[in-house]
Amino acid sequence: MSSSIQAYDPEVDAPAHHHPIYDYDSGPPVDRGKFAIWLFLATEVMFFTGLIGSYLVIRMGSPAWPHPKELLAVDITAANTFLLITSSWMMVRALDAIQKGDKGGLVKWLGFTILGGSVFVGVQVYEYTVLIHEGYLPNRDLFWSTFYAMTGFHGIHVCVGVIWLFCVWIGAVRGSYTPQNYVRVELAGLYWHFVDLVWVLLFTIVYLM
Amino acid sequence: MSSSSSSVHPGMGAPGTVRVSHDHHHLGFWRKYIFSTDHKVIGIQFMLTGLVMFLVGGLMAMAIRWQLAWPWTEMPIVGKLLFPETGKVISPEFYTMLFTMHGTIMIFFVIIPLLTGAFGNFLIPLMIGAPDMAFPKLNMIGYWAMVPGIGFAIASFFVEGGGASSGWTAYPPLSTIETAAPGSGQGQTLWLLALTWSGVSSMTGAVNYVTTIVKMRAPGMTLMRMPLTIWSLLIAALLQLFALPVLTAASILQLLDRVVDTGFFTPTNLVVNQFNSEAAGAAAGGQPLLWQHLFWFYSHPAVYIMVVPAMGLASDVIATHARKPIFGYKPMVYSMSAIAGLGFIVWGHHMFASGMNPALGMTFMVSTIMIALPSAVKVFNWLGTLWGSRIHLTTAMLNALGFVAMFIIGGLSGIWMAATPVDIYIHDTYIVVAHFHYVVFGGSVFAIFAGIYHWFPKMFGRMMNETLGKVHFIGSFIFTNGVFYLMHQLGIAGLMRRTADPYDYEAFAHLQPLNQIISICAFCLFTWQIFFVFNFFHSMFWGKRVGRNPWKATTLEWDAPSPPGHGNFDHELAVHCGPYEYASPLVEEDYLMQSRDIGAKPAKA
Repeated sequence: MSSSIQAYDPEVDAPAHHHPIYDYDSGPPVDRGKFAIWLFLATEVMFFTGLIGSYLVIRMGSPAWPHPKELLAVDITAANTFLLITSSWMMVRALDAIQKGDKGGLVKWLGFTILGGSVFVGVQVYEYTVLIHEGYLPNRDLFWSTFYAMTGFHGIHVCVGVIWLFCVWIGAVRGSYTPQNYVRVELAGLYWHFVDLVWVLLFTIVYLM
Repeated sequence: MSSSSSSVHPGMGAPGTVRVSHDHHHLGFWRKYIFSTDHKVIGIQFMLTGLVMFLVGGLMAMAIRWQLAWPWTEMPIVGKLLFPETGKVISPEFYTMLFTMHGTIMIFFVIIPLLTGAFGNFLIPLMIGAPDMAFPKLNMIGYWAMVPGIGFAIASFFVEGGGASSGWTAYPPLSTIETAAPGSGQGQTLWLLALTWSGVSSMTGAVNYVTTIVKMRAPGMTLMRMPLTIWSLLIAALLQLFALPVLTAASILQLLDRVVDTGFFTPTNLVVNQFNSEAAGAAAGGQPLLWQHLFWFYSHPAVYIMVVPAMGLASDVIATHARKPIFGYKPMVYSMSAIAGLGFIVWGHHMFASGMNPALGMTFMVSTIMIALPSAVKVFNWLGTLWGSRIHLTTAMLNALGFVAMFIIGGLSGIWMAATPVDIYIHDTYIVVAHFHYVVFGGSVFAIFAGIYHWFPKMFGRMMNETLGKVHFIGSFIFTNGVFYLMHQLGIAGLMRRTADPYDYEAFAHLQPLNQIISICAFCLFTWQIFFVFNFFHSMFWGKRVGRNPWKATTLEWDAPSPPGHGNFDHELAVHCGPYEYASPLVEEDYLMQSRDIGAKPAKA
């Protein structure tokens, strides 16, 4: 078979010296980063589908399940939910500001978004502290196991979002973003809206249902 | 309007544009070979790591075979080192750990990294004409995320109680109650961490592969002109994106059950070894079956992550060495997509004997048997490609043919298993072991060998030795069948798997000689790989130098220098025809490269 193998020929086979790098674009007119973030959000959707699905299976399969309002401070969390949704609106204002070239507006609205997210996490930590102080630990029963797993994973996501937004905010303070170049703001924003959307679902099934 | 104006970002450009950059590239040793962001280096890193772990997993298999052939006898050579307390003999607990870790390592640290990590990284940019992956740094992180995973898996052998021993499926309560078995202690916790890290690696890889394939193809490389390898890797990456997060969620829930005593998978009033975890303060009332659903929701698609890229690799190798276009290119694409799509709704066939509702079992049976249709389309198309072709029996081709043959056997036994009534008899017997080894070892591993022999010249600019390669193939093929074919007999006789000493049951005592034959074949198979290891490393440095296109193949990677330098291609590319234009009447040679413009309007793909 060796006869069919093309031998080395320096004329054709040697690599060209000092050649440029060719980077083609084939796909839909979407930034590569944005395309990837949507794929990443798809994995996040599946992650929370696994968690929420498990919650529903466990809850439906349990002979008794307390109504959440007997054990949880639903009104405080409702206010907190409102705050998180508001922070999504602030994020929209931040993106809108930079699209119009308002760099100061970007810094301001991003700052508000980060503040909103931080207060949300703070209230959740306060809620946890009170509950743990009252003896409601994750090993108490399935209600608390699922409560801490659902809200805890979301809380971690909010923390990641706040840190991410903070990194973007530092760039905004330095003036790195322009109306032509703001994709990093948009990527962080997409993640932030996703995290808020998940909370609306979680709040409904963990606190209200 | 607004979003499309962000075109300054490097990743952005109108479709069909090319960004040309002059990047003089001089890196030190560490940045070039260790913490490299070059997809080719990362691919080769995945390959070497995968092959080393293959050796580790293989050694475990040898220990398993020793115990099954000559139970409770002194193990030669390594027995003194490994089992000083038991007098060079494998303990039952150690045996359980062996088959658990053998499966875990082979799936998560050998087959998946070799197929998606090594071939995915090396081939995707080269075959679509891209200079690198879309996110080179993320790509590097993907490789290095696997390293702590391997670290946790290896470390688990050295903790109290030893490595995980609840099977690679980690069914609770065996895996969640610490007193259930010695390996259910720290070993199981480390196992879950190992899985999570390997998941991070797969996930970053999958995001990168899909973005690269969708966004970075050379001009003219339409979706239906992509080589089947690229299609298969795209489909496998999509499977990972949508299935793996569910396993991650499930493993974290299991981790919580173990570490903070939640009760997701612990039923009420469970007593294990005189220990009631509920009385000791853990939550309970959960559902062990829920873990099985979540686990198989990932792990059945994972089976296709492990075989679909193998199908892609084999298709390219077969078309090239048969010098004929692949028979039915589009049906090949659609059937791979169908296999992957159906793969999401068949997970329950692993659970026929679990106490799941039989009505549900029947729906899973129907969807599973439906997978036989696209699988058969693929097999017939490979045979159709070979029919009337001019076969060059190179080592790569032999291995690809081995893949097709083994996949047929593994696929057929899969159909028996899919049928609930049959499965209830053969569940947890050696038939299952025979079946999945035919698919994963006979199928995927032979396709991996085919891929290595075929693309080695591109990776290192040198040929592997053909004679040694053929010796390696023939021995491997014979001994693989010697090991796994006979396991069907064991299974029909009812021999159950995961048992350290089945001959303790009188009914199975007569099966020991058959097991001894299997073990001898297994030892030969293992030793035979010396031919591969020697050939691989020797050829890397002293193999025959080859040029860009030693196989006279058609796809884009053969346009790049061997090995390709930084940025892959030293000239601008455009694609003018489909990937398998062999024996084309339009040109004098028997192959028409995708990049070659002959001025003629190519036949419709």
